[in-house]
Amino acid sequence: MKKFLINLGLLLLVVVALVAWTVLPWIGAVALAVALALWMALTRGGRQAGSVTAVGVGTLRQRLGSSSVIVIGIAGVVGVLVALLAMGQGFQATLQSGGRDDTAIVLRGGSVSESQSVLTRNDVDAIEQAPGIARDAAGKPQVSAELVVAANLRKKGSDDDANAQLRGLDDTAWALRPTLKIVAGRKFKPGLNELVVGQGAQREFAGLDVGDEVKLGMQTWKVVGVFASGDAYDSELWADRQEVASAYRRGNSAESVLVKLTGAGAFAAFKAALASDPKLKVEADTTRAFFARQSEGLAKMIRVVGLTVGVIMAIGAVFGALNCMFAAVAARSREIATLRAIGFRGGPVVVSVMLETMLLALLGGLLGALVVWLVFDGYTASTLNGLTDVMFQFKVAPALIWTGLKWALAIGFAGGLFPAVRAARMPVTTALREL
Amino acid sequence: MKYFHLIWAALFRRKSRTFLTLVSIVAAFVLFGLLDSVRLAFTAGDSVAGAGRLIVNSKMSMQQPLPESLGARIASVPGVAAVASANWFGGVYQDPKNQVISFAVSPDYFDLYPELSLPADQRATWDKTRAGAVVGAALARRFGWKIGDKIPLQSTIFPSRSSGSSTWTFDIVGIFHARDPRQAGREQMMMFHWKYFDENNAFGSGTVHWYVVKVADPAHADAVARSIDAISANSDHETRAQTEQAFQASFIKQLVNIGLIVTSIMGAVFFTLLLLTGNTMMQAVRERTSELAVLKTIGFSSASVLAMVLAEGVLMLVLGGAIGLALVTLIVPGLGAASGGMMPVHAVAGSTWLSGVLLMVLIGVVVGLPPAWRAMRLNIVDALSGR
Repeated sequence: MKKFLINLGLLLLVVVALVAWTVLPWIGAVALAVALALWMALTRGGRQAGSVTAVGVGTLRQRLGSSSVIVIGIAGVVGVLVALLAMGQGFQATLQSGGRDDTAIVLRGGSVSESQSVLTRNDVDAIEQAPGIARDAAGKPQVSAELVVAANLRKKGSDDDANAQLRGLDDTAWALRPTLKIVAGRKFKPGLNELVVGQGAQREFAGLDVGDEVKLGMQTWKVVGVFASGDAYDSELWADRQEVASAYRRGNSAESVLVKLTGAGAFAAFKAALASDPKLKVEADTTRAFFARQSEGLAKMIRVVGLTVGVIMAIGAVFGALNCMFAAVAARSREIATLRAIGFRGGPVVVSVMLETMLLALLGGLLGALVVWLVFDGYTASTLNGLTDVMFQFKVAPALIWTGLKWALAIGFAGGLFPAVRAARMPVTTALREL
Repeated sequence: MKYFHLIWAALFRRKSRTFLTLVSIVAAFVLFGLLDSVRLAFTAGDSVAGAGRLIVNSKMSMQQPLPESLGARIASVPGVAAVASANWFGGVYQDPKNQVISFAVSPDYFDLYPELSLPADQRATWDKTRAGAVVGAALARRFGWKIGDKIPLQSTIFPSRSSGSSTWTFDIVGIFHARDPRQAGREQMMMFHWKYFDENNAFGSGTVHWYVVKVADPAHADAVARSIDAISANSDHETRAQTEQAFQASFIKQLVNIGLIVTSIMGAVFFTLLLLTGNTMMQAVRERTSELAVLKTIGFSSASVLAMVLAEGVLMLVLGGAIGLALVTLIVPGLGAASGGMMPVHAVAGSTWLSGVLLMVLIGVVVGLPPAWRAMRLNIVDALSGR
């Protein structure tokens, strides 16, 4: 009964510690580590713990099999978790990074994405008159009406067709996207069937080098340039809006209007003006909010999948670590009993076993994170967002590696505590007699 | 089989260790069951049910409309048994987040999908009701729709002429089910009459987004597809006809390479599991060295000692794996429901069980072999004297 209560108490301790650990910022973890180091350096109990740990770590090589199980098990958990989270973050970062507070996008009311929206020429003219729109030196409003269509293109190195986003834009569009740069060739000329392709699209699809000709929507287009923007536009092909509209028979309509505002503060007035115009049924959003919403669903799904897989794997790893540490403690039970017989207290023994486990866990976490960083950082993948392909890069950020290490240490803590307590509570006399 | 008791006793010689190992194995197989179910759910489209159907859409882009008049010309192509058409609608219910997979379809569209069942009387009512719609059972459950309900649906694409806004009103007159539970994903759809849609659509009329063509002989599907494409070649509405499987496969491939992700996660998991259980088995056999020597002394052959240790490894994996997959069987229906139809998973497929059992046996043999080998080669005299 007493044993059961102790175990229950330990279980509660683990749960509480894990909850506290998940909300702990990295500075708190550093403080904990410093406190532990100070305790080990300055107090008698700490020095005892240090020497017991040294013995434990010194004999690790004799238990190479079971120690490597802990290390590799935890490396697996951290690796898979970090890789999945890096995928989600990379996707979200790609889609969001183009968003700004001082540009707004206007779609027809109720439309979730650009391809669902339709704006007539009259709508576009009315939007141009709204207050808060920045004007260029000549006094022209900085507004770009745009049209996106899904165009069929061949994927590089395969026989599969995929949907690329073909965007038709006005001449003003370049000024509305200040971070975008032409990296090869030149911009398209209005009135010609010329294409400028994003560098992601160029990598993904066949026949999009400068000078190539591609057939899109019954017409032949000449690729005249490549641009880099570092966001979702990188996956697109750009051309003159009138040309795209005539190739895809969209008449004079547009799907979205991108607007440069005089400043981030002008958005509220701009939105209100559009809402109060009875002739217009449109909705305005800052591009920051719009792009964030576009990536929300898929990024959330990837995160949920990553965490679910991570939790299940972590459960397996905790029990693996428990198993190995119980075996380690059992193998050293005589040695531990001897230490206690000559006056070492229980506390240092607990700390030493815990430290040993956490050390192995940390090693595993570092290994897993390192492998993922080497293999996946900057890895390019593509997925379907709405109807068209989006290219994005995995992003193994330091914050993600820290998350992975936190998981590793948590697994080490949960897997080390019970064996540590058993080691400290073993009756000295029985343990000494044990074979 | 007569040694089963002995193997069982050996496995549970150290209860806590076996228990801890079993939990790890259970966790690994839970993950395997879940991921494999999801993978199957996303690739279920390639099943044979779609055989003999072609999807014909615009070559320029999937969203590009085709003239409605093309249907009659496709029907006259030799080898075509039936033609139906469908339009995107982009429906949302109440909140933009509640997307409803909804199509405007021609009257005979439903006949091309024998895997969906709609009671005959409901079908007859639907044919008579202009604004009638039939919905899948899962979709009806999701929003609590019943037959006789009048529901407003917003289209994210098409404004309605009669209401002057994007809100369309439909009468629910039928609820259809999928005959095969594995295709329950199709119960998320809603269909209504193309005629109602076309008359009320504020953006012009007379167009459809894709045709579904039933070919008389699936073996000639490719040839029929080529002749259909030939009709509109060099016109301003060129088509692309492809089998339903190819159409769906191209989507899934673009979405994300699920198979690759699942395989790499499972690779990491099973590699770790191999190490873990291998280590436990080694320990377990090392501890029992003297017992095994006794077995050999009383007449067990080396081969049967090998077989027993091997069987112990397999038994441990099969036990843990079976518990894991059984847990998945309990979890999966809940998961399918909780995801609101995003993950069309309902039950653990037979193929998942099969590959699961194969994996259990394989891993069991692999982790059992080194200690079993050691046990077989055991020298009785050395082992008994503890050398």
